Amino acid sequence: MDLERHEYDVVVVGAGGAGLRAAIEASESGARTAVVCKSLLGKAHTVMAEGGIAAAMANLYPEDNWRVHFRDTMRGGKMLNHWRMAQLHAQEAPDRVRELEDWGALFDRTPDGLISQRDFGGHRYARLAHVGDRTGLELIRTLQQRTVALGIDVYMECTVTRLLTDADGITGAFGYWRESGRFVAWQAPSVVLATGGIGKSYKVTSNSWEYTGDGHSLALQAGATLVNMEFVQFHPTGMVWPPSVRGILVTESVRGDGGVLRNSAGNRFMFDYIPDFFRKETAETEEEADRWYDDKRNNRRPPELLPRDEVARAINSEVKAGRGTPHGGVFLDIASRRSAEYIRKRLPSMYHQFRELAEVDITAEAMEVGPTCHYVMGGVEVDPDTQAARVPGLFAAGEVAGGMHGSNRLGGNSLSDLLVFGRRAGLAAAEHALQRTGRIALDDDALADAGRAALAPFEREGGENPYTVQHDLQQTMHDLVGIIRTAPEVQQALERIAALRQRVADLSVEGHRQYNPGWHLALDLPHMLLVSECIAKAALEREESRGGHTRDDFPATDAEWARTNLVCSRAPDGSVALTRQPLPQMPHELAEIFEEVPA
Amino acid sequence: MTYDATFRVWRGDAGGGDLQTFTVAVNEGEVVLDVIHRLQATQVGDLAVRWNCKAGKCGSCSAEVNGRPRLMCMTRMSTFGEDETVTVTPMRTFPVIRDLVTDVSFNYTKAAQIPAFTPRPRDEDGNHRVQQVDVERSQEFRKCIECYLCQDTCHVIRDHEENKAVFAGPRFLIRLAELDMHPLDVRDRRGAAQDEFGLGYCNITKCCTEVCPEGIHLTDNGIIPLKERVVDRRYDPLTWLGSKIGRRPRQ
Ligand SMILES: Cc1cc2nc3c(=O)[nH]c(=O)nc-3n(C[C@H](O)[C@H](O)[C@H](O)COP(=O)(O)OP(=O)(O)OC[C@H]3O[C@@H](n4cnc5c(N)ncnc54)[C@H](O)[C@@H]3O)c2cc1C
Ligand code: SF4
Ligand code: SF4
Ligand code: FES
Repeated sequence: MDLERHEYDVVVVGAGGAGLRAAIEASESGARTAVVCKSLLGKAHTVMAEGGIAAAMANLYPEDNWRVHFRDTMRGGKMLNHWRMAQLHAQEAPDRVRELEDWGALFDRTPDGLISQRDFGGHRYARLAHVGDRTGLELIRTLQQRTVALGIDVYMECTVTRLLTDADGITGAFGYWRESGRFVAWQAPSVVLATGGIGKSYKVTSNSWEYTGDGHSLALQAGATLVNMEFVQFHPTGMVWPPSVRGILVTESVRGDGGVLRNSAGNRFMFDYIPDFFRKETAETEEEADRWYDDKRNNRRPPELLPRDEVARAINSEVKAGRGTPHGGVFLDIASRRSAEYIRKRLPSMYHQFRELAEVDITAEAMEVGPTCHYVMGGVEVDPDTQAARVPGLFAAGEVAGGMHGSNRLGGNSLSDLLVFGRRAGLAAAEHALQRTGRIALDDDALADAGRAALAPFEREGGENPYTVQHDLQQTMHDLVGIIRTAPEVQQALERIAALRQRVADLSVEGHRQYNPGWHLALDLPHMLLVSECIAKAALEREESRGGHTRDDFPATDAEWARTNLVCSRAPDGSVALTRQPLPQMPHELAEIFEEVPA
Repeated sequence: MTYDATFRVWRGDAGGGDLQTFTVAVNEGEVVLDVIHRLQATQVGDLAVRWNCKAGKCGSCSAEVNGRPRLMCMTRMSTFGEDETVTVTPMRTFPVIRDLVTDVSFNYTKAAQIPAFTPRPRDEDGNHRVQQVDVERSQEFRKCIECYLCQDTCHVIRDHEENKAVFAGPRFLIRLAELDMHPLDVRDRRGAAQDEFGLGYCNITKCCTEVCPEGIHLTDNGIIPLKERVVDRRYDPLTWLGSKIGRRPRQ
């Protein structure tokens, strides 16, 4: 087999915010470091992030601090978050944001010249450091330029298809160049997974083609575990019209900056959907809600800024009740509430996106929006301090890691998560590599097997078209394991997934190995399928509703489930095994925060 | 609202290729990239194309549509007549890898050569203080999504392979301008802009500005001011002397 080989201390799979931050830290810790990514450098999903990075820097509200951020994060996740991750995240995010400035980032400023912060759902104070509504671009470009300045090796348009292990843990990874289809193997004692999410398993999603759950699946196959997979975030505001842009994100900043949701009768319906859990901190009248934008001390937050799961469910209910817009969404109106100049200044890319793609001028008319699959809270189960997975030498950071966000993620908490835990993963991966003694070697049989598996779709004649199979999987997940779930539907999804597994085993592709998207998809599909199975199995097991998991047949939260995590692992026969695991207990001094910080 | 469109798409690789004609369905509200995807899913599974965000944010889907450098995901089908043939070809400035995918490594090479951002020290409390007006000039250039459409358009390198060694192209001239105007950066790159990145090759035709999907005023706000600053530096005898005798290190 024609195989290119390389040797490193740390190989980072993924070049989004988490992967680049990990690589920077590993490299600065003295580890020989490589980054591998499916797209060109700078195109990872992080580039699409709009609203901002959550960090309690207290630049606008001196009363803000990590304890308030910690509390907001835990409450947003309905207390299922790993407390230690939520704590580290809240404590370290401000420093991670400040250090971006030393690498060239240019955030919007307060009148005092400090980094400006904006409001987002679930955050008690204006907390999101931002650059207009293109914060992700600023983040990725800054980290990309830093990575280049440090001279870190980047393998771009290169896909990892296998992790390699021996009895002592990770030995490296195997993949192919998208351009040539040639194989490549990296020998390394530490691998950091930073592959992002799973949204491409759903039909309506804000996610790009890269989000096929590769890291989740690679980790599971290498013997690691996944936690909280039933929790998938549907962002309340995706575009709904025209059909070709359905799912593309409309940033939460529209609401943070004053936009409100209305149904076809013109009512601000969110006031009808305030759950008891958040009632004390949410405005009761439109007047109070409107005053809040200027005076947060004496008014409570508008219900449009409840956590995403609440808003998404409310929109879903309004549409179901027949109060939706002509294209099956609701109205998001900022035009009647803010000046055209303000809107263009604060939301330039939303303005551009609607004008170009929907021929809607958001400074003059309302947008039509509806829920879109956006983020997976579930991911690789890791040690909160080091991001180490259960396989020695394997680390995971960013969206592919689980635990940090519990059952629902607050807006802005992902970009900060990438920085805080990307750095920690890079540090721990470098330490592991420098400490690991004894020779590691790549097993020839394992390499040959990985090569054979990758080429199989070319060998089969007249098999299934990968695009058709992908479409059927997306439809299944959308219809049966979507925003609202019931046991019979999820069971039906699992049957369809079983049938799809047969079809994935029978894929065939035309053409040759050079830059062949059909072949690439054929290799992504097994990952999508495995991840979908994890989501469906966990969704069937958790008989309650919480955060990004709503069961129509069990609409309430349940005290027992409040103490329980679901963990997926790979059974010896290759199927997904599910176990219940007690939630890690928060120490007393953190538990106190929930009493000391008023709602 | 569905109709059948005629698409001519360039297919081939470094060894050569040609325009192939397809009849393909188009639905209301679609963009060129949707139609390319439909071709992939139904007629030519191995048609090579780059894309990520499908919302004009990542700069992956650059190509030439009816000869104009464009993002395929932001080119609406409604801008063409239903009986108009739509021709999609790869960017001409870069070598073809396959079909619509080109080898853009030139850009990554140039990016790596630019002297890195070098900040002034932070204030005593650990913050950097800068006013909004001072960040806005560089922010305009940091909107760049690295689609390389400006590079594709610029005549200095579009048909002149030989200039690629000496000219970094508009995307990197504005990167230099961005750093030059950056309120926290302390490094002087004006000499390098002229000598290593070929600022002098630009004769301000403004074609780059015209194609930029981010609406960045590359020439007026970036390249021209940079040229003026380079001239100032050259004719400022003190700076010149400083850089010669090495008391102010020329970085
Ligand atoms: C439209 C949109 C707006 C958002 N806005 C915000 C916001 O304002 N604030 C916020 O906090 N969050 C936001 N999010 C969420 C946030 O952007 C993502 O969760 C985050 O960027 C994920 O970063 P990551 O580093 O984990 O992964 P990514 O940035 O997605 O990077 C994944 C990387 O892994 C690589 N990869 C994947 N599989 C493989 C493989 N098999 N082999 C090699 N490489 C592989 C990919 O090529 C890519 O480089 C937004 C998300 C979207 C979609
Ligand atoms: S203005 Fe300069 S950089 Fe821009 S296209 Fe013309 S010559 Fe090239
Ligand atoms: S300056 Fe504009 S055209 Fe050039 S690469 Fe950046 S976004 Fe594209
Ligand atoms: S796909 Fe991202 S710009 Fe077109």
